[in-house]
Amino acid sequence: MKAKRAKIKAKGRIFEGIVLPSEKGKIVLKLSSGYNVGFYDYEIIEEEEIEVSFVEPGYPAKRDSLPEVKVISTGGTIASRVDYSTGAVTSQFSAEEIVSDIPELAEICRIDAELLYNILSENMKPEYWIRLARRVYEAIKDGYDGVIVTHGTDTMHYSASALAFMLRTPVPVVFVGAQRSSDRPSSDAAINMICSAHTSLSDLGEVAVVMHASTSDDFCYIHRGVKVRKNHTSRRDAFQSINYPPLGRVWPDGKIEWTGERIRRGVREPELFDRLEEKVALVKFYPGLSPDILDFFYEKGFRGFVLEGTGLGHVSTDWVETVRRIAEDSLVVMTSQCLWGRVCDRVYDTGRYLLKAGVIEGEDMLPEVALIKTMWLLGNFELEEAKNLVKENLVGEINYRTDFN
Amino acid sequence: MNYADLGLRVGIEIHQQLDTRHKLFCRCPTELRETEDASFEFFRYLRLKRSELGTEDRAAREEVMRSRKFIYKFYDTTCLVEADEEPPTEINREALLIGIQIAKMLNMELVDELHVMRKIVIDGSNTTGFQRTALLAFDGYLEVDGRKIGVATLCIEEEAAKKVEERGGEVVYSLDRLGIPLVEIGTGPDIDSPELAKKVAKKLGMILRSTGKVKRGLGTIRQDVNISIEHGARVEIKGVQDVDILDRIVEYEVIRQVNLLKIRDELRRRNAKVCEEIFDVKEVFANTRSKILKRAKALMAVKLEGFSGLVGMEIQPGRRLGTEFADIAKTFGLGGIFHTDELPAYGISQEEVEELRRAVSAKDGDAVIIASGDERRVRNALLRITERAKFCLVGVPEETRRANEDGTTSYLRPLPGAARMYPETDVPPVRIDEEMRSVDVPELIEDRAKRYVEQFGLAEDLAMIMADPRYSEIFEEFAESVGASIAARVLHIIPSQLRKDGYNVDGLGIEDFRLTLSLIRDGKIAKEGAEEVLKILTEEKLGEEEILSRLSPSQDLDDFIARLIEEKRDLIAERREHAFKPLMGLVMKEFRGKVDGKIIAEKLRNAIKKELEKS
Repeated sequence: MKAKRAKIKAKGRIFEGIVLPSEKGKIVLKLSSGYNVGFYDYEIIEEEEIEVSFVEPGYPAKRDSLPEVKVISTGGTIASRVDYSTGAVTSQFSAEEIVSDIPELAEICRIDAELLYNILSENMKPEYWIRLARRVYEAIKDGYDGVIVTHGTDTMHYSASALAFMLRTPVPVVFVGAQRSSDRPSSDAAINMICSAHTSLSDLGEVAVVMHASTSDDFCYIHRGVKVRKNHTSRRDAFQSINYPPLGRVWPDGKIEWTGERIRRGVREPELFDRLEEKVALVKFYPGLSPDILDFFYEKGFRGFVLEGTGLGHVSTDWVETVRRIAEDSLVVMTSQCLWGRVCDRVYDTGRYLLKAGVIEGEDMLPEVALIKTMWLLGNFELEEAKNLVKENLVGEINYRTDFN
Repeated sequence: MNYADLGLRVGIEIHQQLDTRHKLFCRCPTELRETEDASFEFFRYLRLKRSELGTEDRAAREEVMRSRKFIYKFYDTTCLVEADEEPPTEINREALLIGIQIAKMLNMELVDELHVMRKIVIDGSNTTGFQRTALLAFDGYLEVDGRKIGVATLCIEEEAAKKVEERGGEVVYSLDRLGIPLVEIGTGPDIDSPELAKKVAKKLGMILRSTGKVKRGLGTIRQDVNISIEHGARVEIKGVQDVDILDRIVEYEVIRQVNLLKIRDELRRRNAKVCEEIFDVKEVFANTRSKILKRAKALMAVKLEGFSGLVGMEIQPGRRLGTEFADIAKTFGLGGIFHTDELPAYGISQEEVEELRRAVSAKDGDAVIIASGDERRVRNALLRITERAKFCLVGVPEETRRANEDGTTSYLRPLPGAARMYPETDVPPVRIDEEMRSVDVPELIEDRAKRYVEQFGLAEDLAMIMADPRYSEIFEEFAESVGASIAARVLHIIPSQLRKDGYNVDGLGIEDFRLTLSLIRDGKIAKEGAEEVLKILTEEKLGEEEILSRLSPSQDLDDFIARLIEEKRDLIAERREHAFKPLMGLVMKEFRGKVDGKIIAEKLRNAIKKELEKS
């Protein structure tokens, strides 16, 4: 790797260091003490290109007797390298690099790694979910014992839902990320990754999210992919199962405690339904919001609408007429911004009017999950059949009984 | 000892906590807590990342090998930032301004733009695994005994969490201290004697206190000392809390390095060498009477050929080479080691020692070290001890040591390598603009004290105390009206005496002193009454009225005198003006300390005069 070294004069003395990229008009030097300093008033005395050499870290050998796991990376840094001479942090994706960063993995499984995307998770799109589903499907067909998808945490629960609907999997498909980037010694990446590896080999046959269960480096929860949500901006335990208990707990030493009913390994044959209708809108209602928003989407050709209503599943009565009009040839699903609990539009008049207007109750589905489900239904079924399937539990997204947890 | 001949070079690094409203990277108060007030605790592990060169930081690598569990105590005065669960805020501007002030007092140059760095520290004292630190100023100096001592750098950084407890593989830290702003000031290696080291540290402390914005009290300022002698090595001594032992620390470190060099020469003469093998010696102690060894899961030994007698050699008062090895064992969570120079003892018999020697095929001139505990720790500790023993043949290892209270030091870890910093991308750089640069520089305590000596005739040591920003403002407020020595008495001498008598003097605030002094100024109490007022104020925060009513006798002075004159009419008639003396005694008996004697005398004289005029 190339770097630039400079000798400059500033504040009446000479400084030497590595030149770091910065805006025009200033220079930022990394001094030999390790500190970065910025100068606006300086004079360059000498500059030279230097070579910063990497010594490849040692990689633990693969053990033939261990099961094989495919790791597909979509971005989000599960492994990274800090270049202390320039201060740069680079993400690492090869299986060797991941394993050299988290050597414990080599004791658990043989890893094959693939870099599918290198994007921030807010830049995910339905077309990326489709490609991801296909790659995971191929990996399953190739006979891997489990698949791990590393993912930025912000939209991980959308991607997990998307795969849960698009893919019938006989093996665990585990989504994992980190809330503290992996260049920090305190990163949660390693434990999340180790727990994911154990989960990927476990007696599970569905899409799951494995992340820290608490702020301690204790154990991880195995969340059902269609029942989980990122509920905190920054904490390690940001992911919570909602309206269904976590499927299990997994410890870094490999112990797993199953706590929810799950689809087990080998129960389903691998199948891929890789069509999604992208023109589906998720609209969060708030007091005073005009129903024109629905017309806006409708006119742009959207025929799927997930409403994030208030309480039991309401929008203003002003909306009823608009809803009735668009529901004639659209799928309109009601969810709740309460997140916890079930939608019920039969308690108050507004709800009853909405049902008559053609709204379908999204049961205990999370709004994001209902969005993905609607995309998937409209992509794979005729409208009438899609309407019937909304309230049907397909992959664990709906539970007909609500428990106290 | 001739320090010039030994080539002594000393540099001091001072860490001073700043008394800011908030912490450096969050809005928590900079308040220390009792651990039993913790609202909950959590635990973490830290992992080392490889550096760009594929080499791991020496200091950091050792920490990971110890693989400890870190438990953190959390309070209602700490937040997710300290818990490494939320990104830091921008750097605290108040702390930055204090830093700039100090930099100016040390004649330093300021950077144009401040960049916060992450300095890798994985002993658990930072939940993140790094300490946030930023270089603010460089190239200054301070003058001590007419010599210019260079001040190389001034950094603003976050204080680490306080270690509460260490048990086996676990370390408990308290998060209250984590994130309190610190200034770190490093001098150049210009100091060449123990005395000068102490003077420089004291002067730096005085300069810091002059700002009035630094924390005071035990643990709020710490000195690290870098010491080297020619043919020796640079050794960093951490955490000297008492500046008065700084000279002794330097002196003892010189002694240690000189002795290690003597040991080296002797080992070379003996052709000593360190055997790489780690022996399992559990069998040897199967029936031992040593409780420690009996309990141990694993018991292993290493052989140091030709080291006999030297492991037990004293290298610092009360510390032997073996103590250095024991320090290493402790860093791996073991209790310590035993070595054959000190055996038989501690329940280990002569027979066991002989069998131990046989088990490792040790000859007479060899020393054997044994360690016990769980297997992985014992093995790692002994590996590290053999590495250290080998270095005895090379000389003095570069290392970080911890200061003990008696001035000796204990091994802490290898000297950290330089390349272990990368940018804290969560905190934007700060341009140090003209407005920040133009912050006022406070008067030095030392200069102010000189002024007090000249202006008020105070004794020098008392002047230094009054010149401290804790007192100077209120002192100057009252020095003219009540007199400088009375003000100093109220502010310092009486409280010190009360402290000795067991009063809670720390509870006295500026307002309490202001009240006391204004009572004197306004003639409401005598200067002798100050002690009584302060005593009351240490216990109860009362207003002026209430204090006076507690102090004043059942009737006021005028009434008392009037009644006395009435009673003693005959005496006055007989003795005329000479009646003053006995009567004064009676009044003083009642009003001593409560009313100024001069006032009493004046009133009494007037009353007698009036009485005489009447008759």
